[in-house]
Amino acid sequence: MTVRELDKYNVSEVRKSVRRRTGYRNRWIHTVLGIGILAFLLFPLYWMINASFQPSGALLSPHPSFLPSPVTLDGYVATLSTQGGNLRSSIIISLGTVLITLVLSTPAAYALAKLKVPRRTTLMLVVITVQMIPGIVMANALYVVFARLGLIDSYVGLMFADATTAVPFAILIMRAFMQDIPSELIEAAKIDGAGEIGVFRHIVIPVSRNAIITAGLFAFLHGWSDFLFAVTLTTGSVFTPVTVGIYRFMGAQTADWNGVMATATIASIPAVFLLVLAQKYISAGITGGAVKE
Amino acid sequence: MIMRDKTVRARAGRPTPSRTRSRRRRYLVGLGFVLPAAVYIVVFFGYPLVYNLAMSFQDYTPRSFYTGEAPFVGLDNYRKIVSSPIFQPAVLHTIVFTVGSIVFQFGIGLGLALYFNRRFPLSNLLRAMLLLPWLLPLIVSSAIWRWMFDKDFGVINYFIRLLPGVDAGAPWLTNGKWALAAVVIANIWIGIPFNMVILYGGLQGIAETIYEAAKLDGASAWQRFRYMTWPLLKPVTLVVLMLGLVYTIKVFDVIMGLTGGGPANQTQTLTTWSYQYSFSLFQFGPGAAVSSLLVLIAAIVALFYLRSLRRSSDGS
Repeated sequence: MTVRELDKYNVSEVRKSVRRRTGYRNRWIHTVLGIGILAFLLFPLYWMINASFQPSGALLSPHPSFLPSPVTLDGYVATLSTQGGNLRSSIIISLGTVLITLVLSTPAAYALAKLKVPRRTTLMLVVITVQMIPGIVMANALYVVFARLGLIDSYVGLMFADATTAVPFAILIMRAFMQDIPSELIEAAKIDGAGEIGVFRHIVIPVSRNAIITAGLFAFLHGWSDFLFAVTLTTGSVFTPVTVGIYRFMGAQTADWNGVMATATIASIPAVFLLVLAQKYISAGITGGAVKE
Repeated sequence: MIMRDKTVRARAGRPTPSRTRSRRRRYLVGLGFVLPAAVYIVVFFGYPLVYNLAMSFQDYTPRSFYTGEAPFVGLDNYRKIVSSPIFQPAVLHTIVFTVGSIVFQFGIGLGLALYFNRRFPLSNLLRAMLLLPWLLPLIVSSAIWRWMFDKDFGVINYFIRLLPGVDAGAPWLTNGKWALAAVVIANIWIGIPFNMVILYGGLQGIAETIYEAAKLDGASAWQRFRYMTWPLLKPVTLVVLMLGLVYTIKVFDVIMGLTGGGPANQTQTLTTWSYQYSFSLFQFGPGAAVSSLLVLIAAIVALFYLRSLRRSSDGS
């Protein structure tokens, strides 16, 4: 090895290690900047929580305080007394939406993924397209039909209406997962004498547990977040979902931002849960399964 | 294809009755699994869609609920909405709201997707947390923004007043043009995660090796984006924009929560206007007519969307 070659070797090694070190530091700079971006974009959420702990009077100041300095739980106490029933109604509606969605969507997703179905492509296109129908169209017609059938102010009626946002979504997500179930698994069970329903119950459902849970969580969130059907298909005389509760609360007493923000904070909890529990699947869910990643 | 099918069938002889029976049975099983969802979709999507269209040609008033009678009035409802003084502003607001929301959601979402496409410590965690605004109930988001946009005590005007030479905040939510800007800003915030996630997925699908080759050839970061990333991302871009369009024209909660379509109809879009006709004025005919316009717009976009989906699946 000549001196020159040796020198070249060393120089390139040194250069590489320098690059690696600056690369490392650069990556942390990205992290810091990333946290800055996150702080900017999530500031409204901080502002909600901040206001939820400040007395209403303190909020009505031209110089907002960036930390809740006299911390008060008044907003939360007020929320539990005025919105407690609404929160309970929303939980019932959301759970009902989950149940309806899973019962309808799980078999359909399995069939569209694994079974012979007449006009499968057309069915898939229908499932994708119905998501695009504006909710107000359905609200107009459902109101008229529900009024005739006496389903206004009915829990079950609202659950079925809320499931309209959840069902296509759930079918698409679960189908995407179920396509990866090995067909050999299903065949083997059939050879062992399992019927179609047996295969579905004892093989497909346990294997797709994660997909079903994800679809269920999304269905819960759809039921929980719904405002359009809640405000059109209920009158408030029997029960009020919490989204409508917030809406009326805001309209009636805009001065009590402390109470409104406390309710809003509590109403955000399911979203945080979903983010923590199903983080991996949210990307698939956000596109409604319409785009393959 | 058909030819080959025929020859195969000819060689195998006519299908035996038992074979057709088992095929029919397999179809029946599949159908059985799909049926509950299919019935639901027909009842809760198909029927309302048709019913809404029918109502748009009827004089549907609260009395119709009891009598069950709604006389056919032809195009009267459509004539009524088109000649309404709110029609043109509502169309204009819908366009401004949709285009304004999509341009910024897409631009910011793309920037964030590119930023998080690099690997750095905590990048996955930070990216996941950015999704939070998309998961919140829309009425919660609109409540937060309504509070932040408050003219006297809102934090946005507080920051504006801190600017040099500015001593009064903007009349957000109380003045027409500002109110429209406010609902667009709130909606941009809500839609950023949606754009970011899909575009990020698209970026992840682009092989890194092609960039290395370009780097060796001395292509600048801008050139790599302009001539490699952007064209390769185009199918995903189309999907994001079309889905964004369909989802944005039907936005209801955000506008209702922030302004309720006001002040003086200045943030009224086709969606909130339809709601107002049906549920404030109880004129379901005109309400259904406005809804039908929305369906028409959504259908046109959906058609383009499905065509591009099919094209991209043909390509792969």
